[in-house]
Amino acid sequence: MSTNANYSTIAIDGLWKNNPALVQLLGLCPLLAVSNTLINGLGLGIATTMVLVGSNISVSFVRHWIPKEIRIPVFVMMIASFVTNTQLLMNAFTYELYLVLGIFIPLIVTNCTIIGRAEAFASKNPIIPSFVDGITQGIGFSVVLVLLGAVRELLGQGTLFYGAHQLLGDWAKVLTIQVYEVEQSFLFAILPPGAFIALGLFIALKNMIDKKLAERQSTANLINYQQSTPK
Amino acid sequence: MMLSSSPYKKSSHSVSQLMQLVIFATIPGAIALFYFFGWGVWFNLIVCCSVAYASEWLIVKLRNRDPKKVLSDYSALLTAVLLALALPPLAPWWVATIGTLFAIVFAKHLYGGLGYNPFNPAMTGYVLLLISFPMAMTTWLPPQSIAAQAPDFISSLQLFFSGSDSQGNTLNYYTLNADGFTMATPLDEIKTSFSMGYVFDEIKNKPIFGDWQNVGWQWVNLAFLAGGLFLIVKKAISWHIPVSFLAAIYITSFLAHGYDPQLNPAPMIHLLSGATMLGAFFIATDPVSATTTNKGRIIFGAAIGFIVVMIRNYGGYPDAIAFAVLIMNMAAPLIDHYTQPKVYGSQELK
Repeated sequence: MSTNANYSTIAIDGLWKNNPALVQLLGLCPLLAVSNTLINGLGLGIATTMVLVGSNISVSFVRHWIPKEIRIPVFVMMIASFVTNTQLLMNAFTYELYLVLGIFIPLIVTNCTIIGRAEAFASKNPIIPSFVDGITQGIGFSVVLVLLGAVRELLGQGTLFYGAHQLLGDWAKVLTIQVYEVEQSFLFAILPPGAFIALGLFIALKNMIDKKLAERQSTANLINYQQSTPK
Repeated sequence: MMLSSSPYKKSSHSVSQLMQLVIFATIPGAIALFYFFGWGVWFNLIVCCSVAYASEWLIVKLRNRDPKKVLSDYSALLTAVLLALALPPLAPWWVATIGTLFAIVFAKHLYGGLGYNPFNPAMTGYVLLLISFPMAMTTWLPPQSIAAQAPDFISSLQLFFSGSDSQGNTLNYYTLNADGFTMATPLDEIKTSFSMGYVFDEIKNKPIFGDWQNVGWQWVNLAFLAGGLFLIVKKAISWHIPVSFLAAIYITSFLAHGYDPQLNPAPMIHLLSGATMLGAFFIATDPVSATTTNKGRIIFGAAIGFIVVMIRNYGGYPDAIAFAVLIMNMAAPLIDHYTQPKVYGSQELK
């Protein structure tokens, strides 16, 4: 790869064209398990993004000195140290959210997105593109996590931003919106099967938008072609 | 060009005729449910059928197909009818609505529509509801003959749509029996009593079990049995699945009951309670999601019966037709693969 990689290409890749959750389908375990409320999704999204940025930068930094044969264990060690940092930070500053997310914070180590980006991108690219890649892939992942959490929370218990104080401090309790009252919460949306179906619908929606864009592109090309060719 | 293999025998029923026949055959069961459990079954039927039609029309439009053609095969109506008959009467209207929507849109059309759905749509909707709304899905009215007070038509309508009638009574009020105890279905009663340490001899003296098997439920099941026999006589379904299903329920529960009569209900209770007959003749026989070879059908039915008794006796849920059918739907392609009849004239490879 060339060293002056195009940053906007990297960004579009991470946010849309090669989105870790919608296209690569990586890191599904935390994605499906934790996205039961918007705030849980946001919390895990931020934690994952932090780890992703840290691991991408450091892997890129040491990429010339790691022997090819043992690169995966080395990457995992580096990711694990960032996860430990994140976990300690969450323990210190967002303790309630730390309790809610529980095992899924240490499990960020096993999130395939992170090792995937380290292997596929950071180990072959300089630090700045790796940083851009890490942050856009992380944001792409987080956005899906937040949207999924919002949809499931809305369907499941009729609220939005439930538990916002866990992430933002006590003032944020006012953020919780009761969109509609539910007699009995719709457990299916809160349980993992709801996450599978909602993610499937998201992927379908993305494919539909891509198809529409491609159609528009091809008609535009056709019109350009017709205009440029003399009759 | 369409190519089909011999023999060129005309099938005796078109899809829409078959579906209509099955819908007609549920009438005795629906009437029995109405007789014992009141108006709720009609409300459920009306809501499920109208939601099924509306949602199928919408999703077929979205898929750029001709809604008239798809709707005229009555398959959505049959799904709605089966779901409505499985729902507790007087479960709130939105339960029926959500279940039907999910059955038609997700379980049927997202997989490609009639003929492509690997899972029985009605049971998929039912399981969604059972997992999502355990309270609403397990609150059955007691059979009217032993209920302390049965809601009349107006109260039923109010309970169905708003959750309480004009006297302010909720559904729970009507589930009490003359002694002030909450009544449940026989299978619920068995499950909770066993967990409280009762043995079967004590349980079967409870009022819900009556003089012969259960109160009400045995007639509901016999009515579905009658409808099912009609379908077999009319050749709408083959006998393999119901017979092997019921035989497996009988044998499995007989062995369990024989092994420990105090901790396992008697076979006749299994056969004549819950959704046994509805499941045997109307649900497990769904031509799309069941196996298609005769040998496969026997295995399929027997496995469902076995799983039903296992879950009823040892699992967490009182009834298990829906779970058992869905589990075996997953296995149906595999069973079909291994039970292909030999092509005439072919030889075993040495």
